[in-house]
Amino acid sequence: MLVPIVAKPGTSRRNLTGSWRTMQKPHFLQQNCIACRRCLLICPEGCIEGDKKNTYHTDYDYCKGCGNCVAICPKDDIEMVPEETEL
Amino acid sequence: MKEFIEGSAAIARTIKMCKPGVISAYPITPQTHIGENLVQFIANGEMECQFVNAESEHSSASIILGVSAVGVRAYNSTSSQGLLLMAEVLYSIAGMRFPLVITCANRAVSSPINIWNDQQDSVTLRDSGWIQFYAENNQEACDLHIQAYRIAEDQNISLPVMVCVDGYILTHAVEVVNLPDQEQVDGFLPPLKPLHVLDPQDPVSMGVLYDPSSYMETRYAIQETMSEALELIPRVASEFKEMFGRESGGLIQEYRTSDADKVIVAMGSVVSTVKEVVDEMRGEGEKVGAIKVITHRPLPSQALYDSLKDVPEIAVLDKSISLGAAGPLHMDLKYTFQGKNVSPKISGFVAGLGGRDITRDSIREIFDRLSGEQINCQFVNLDVEQMVNAT
Amino acid sequence: MATKHLLASGHTACAGCGQAIAARLVVDAAGSDVIIANSTGCLEVFSNIYPRTAWEVPWIHSLFENPASVASGIEAGLRSLGKLDNVRVIAQGGDGSSADIGFQAISGMFERGHDILYVCYDNGAYMNTGVQRSSQTPFDASTTTTPSGKKSFGKKMPKKDLALIFAAHGIPYSATASVAFPTDVQRKVKRALDIRGPKYLQIFVPCPLGWRHDPALTYDIARLAVETGLFPVIEYRDGELASVRKIDAPKPVEEYLKPQGRFRHLFSAPGGEEEIEKIQAIADANIRKFNMVKERPKKEEKMPELKKFTLEKLAKCDGKEGRPAYVAYKGKVYDVSKNNLWSDGDHMGMHEAGRDLTADMEDAPHGEDNMLDMPVVGELEG
Repeated sequence: MLVPIVAKPGTSRRNLTGSWRTMQKPHFLQQNCIACRRCLLICPEGCIEGDKKNTYHTDYDYCKGCGNCVAICPKDDIEMVPEETEL
Repeated sequence: MKEFIEGSAAIARTIKMCKPGVISAYPITPQTHIGENLVQFIANGEMECQFVNAESEHSSASIILGVSAVGVRAYNSTSSQGLLLMAEVLYSIAGMRFPLVITCANRAVSSPINIWNDQQDSVTLRDSGWIQFYAENNQEACDLHIQAYRIAEDQNISLPVMVCVDGYILTHAVEVVNLPDQEQVDGFLPPLKPLHVLDPQDPVSMGVLYDPSSYMETRYAIQETMSEALELIPRVASEFKEMFGRESGGLIQEYRTSDADKVIVAMGSVVSTVKEVVDEMRGEGEKVGAIKVITHRPLPSQALYDSLKDVPEIAVLDKSISLGAAGPLHMDLKYTFQGKNVSPKISGFVAGLGGRDITRDSIREIFDRLSGEQINCQFVNLDVEQMVNAT
Repeated sequence: MATKHLLASGHTACAGCGQAIAARLVVDAAGSDVIIANSTGCLEVFSNIYPRTAWEVPWIHSLFENPASVASGIEAGLRSLGKLDNVRVIAQGGDGSSADIGFQAISGMFERGHDILYVCYDNGAYMNTGVQRSSQTPFDASTTTTPSGKKSFGKKMPKKDLALIFAAHGIPYSATASVAFPTDVQRKVKRALDIRGPKYLQIFVPCPLGWRHDPALTYDIARLAVETGLFPVIEYRDGELASVRKIDAPKPVEEYLKPQGRFRHLFSAPGGEEEIEKIQAIADANIRKFNMVKERPKKEEKMPELKKFTLEKLAKCDGKEGRPAYVAYKGKVYDVSKNNLWSDGDHMGMHEAGRDLTADMEDAPHGEDNMLDMPVVGELEG
């Protein structure tokens, strides 16, 4: 008798960790962004995406609101705003 | 072909024919010759195999776990302290359903340190989910390894198998062994087709966290598989007989038990001595017999019950002890008979610990003692003088 | 553009987890032709819970102290199958597994010379079991098994130098990195995986929960660890020190210690100041040992007669096919070939050598010092 003992790749995506946020979330201003990609690299959730300048944004389904993207952005183009803020 | 060969060397030759892709082992007396023989074959270019010189048994067991995870056949052998050191890895291997085969050359466990034979080491791992076989002689030792790979790798089983051989008594004995041909082994062992493999083409995560909502089912699955193994093991033994022409392996072997009044049940090389005493006593008109337990896990309860249900007096000879309780095989027999219509006397004897010789006289004495009261746990052949000053 | 990370979102790491950042950087840099053997620990626990896993590559976890041995078996098995040329093997774990309980297995793996990269995620304690000390816990840090109290300032011993210990095994590559410099982490992973043989990489990863700091400060604290000299970012190649990440002006260790609750007792307890001085001494010793402070050419030094470059001539120095890699900035021509971040005349996949990059500096995430620090080989004509 065998029961499953392995897990299939990427199935963690079913778990929407955005629900962890309570107080604040990042707002990507997309004004002075130089597409250095540092926000994408530093995000612990890997949920920031972008390509050319001023296209970087996060996936609020997964963003836990840690704020490290704000800290690393060399152009101060990301800011933390209250969770309720309409974006 | 028959050869006059040391037990360890015979096992090594057999493993060579089973064609593992990787072997990893760590030296420990008295099994070291097995690994040394194998690595010499590799050094001579006689085996397509890598030998990974692990820096401990915990690592050697983990290494073969990794080998099995990529779908390659592997092998390891150890004893005593080495087996205990790799204990958590053995549980991990069984839980992850890797079809590995290892040899345990049975040796007493410290402390005190003692390098001679008893079965405490492998018996300590009987809860681990490994299938466990005990060889009576070197012929059976070799044959059981071949059957072990076949059973482990069966896609319905996919459980690891431990072949236990009494240290020194078998590993270092030089006797006649009929070693099979490579063609016979190739015909008997199909190539390994694992359940899951680590492969970038089809990635999976193995060894994932299972919380209380999912862990128990994995243990139940192993328990069920052990029952399925009880069916498969005798079938494989029959197929083995067809291919290789001799009886070897299986669940238990009956020796002159059909009309016996008294039977001794034991595992491993001591069964040979019991058989000799049985023959002697039969010659004197005594109706005695022996049962060799070849498969200890899964426990062949039904087979034992069927063989022994008409025997009024049974002795179980354990070469180990669950300290604070009794001999493990003895307790297994009691479990087998509890609640059945018949209730024979089942006495338990602990003998041969730390390599203490088990003599024919001791065996006779056990048969004689069976006429009296049921015995729960009696140590055989203790040196009374040594214990005079014990508090 | 959707980036497919090989450690997917939806894992249950704490917000701001340094190890989550590093683990994703590592697996993304390694690519999908990789097999990972992971130890028990935070990473293992937060990256999967049946039936979900965040891993997009083949991954195995067995026990706490055996990823190195499991990986050794995987590597041997792959060699047996003839697949080792196309698949890379990584063994990884936290500092608890790597430095302590699993140390023997790593030593054995390296001594045997397996073709495996070992990655140690160093957050300085056994975090998964609740912040107990490891041999990587820094001096005077408070953990649950080295707590600060009336008679204790926390851990009495400094960090054991793992990169050096493993370099001493004779492996071709042993290095440290930090999540403060994510591209450096990825570059080092790629560099390591290009080497056939045993490799070691230790990545500094802050832990907001264990270190008791604001999750938003993970990046900043990681930077401060390097900028104070407390965590040297270095590479050993074949046993010799091959690179050191230099710092401009070392920051005082207080800046690093202050935001972390695990060092709070140093700022409140009597005798704390002396302890901070001891930590400063550790930082200073590192700075001296690795010659960590950047050297600036003194302004009074007379610059030698400079070679003249036309744009045409400069264009030939593009760093390709063995040619030198030169870049012009504000009229001077700099030699970028020996710089870590320039490879075959390419910088970050965004800039090329052989050109005047003065205008591009505006868009850079760094200042002009990075350019000014490089050797001048001439000046631009016209």
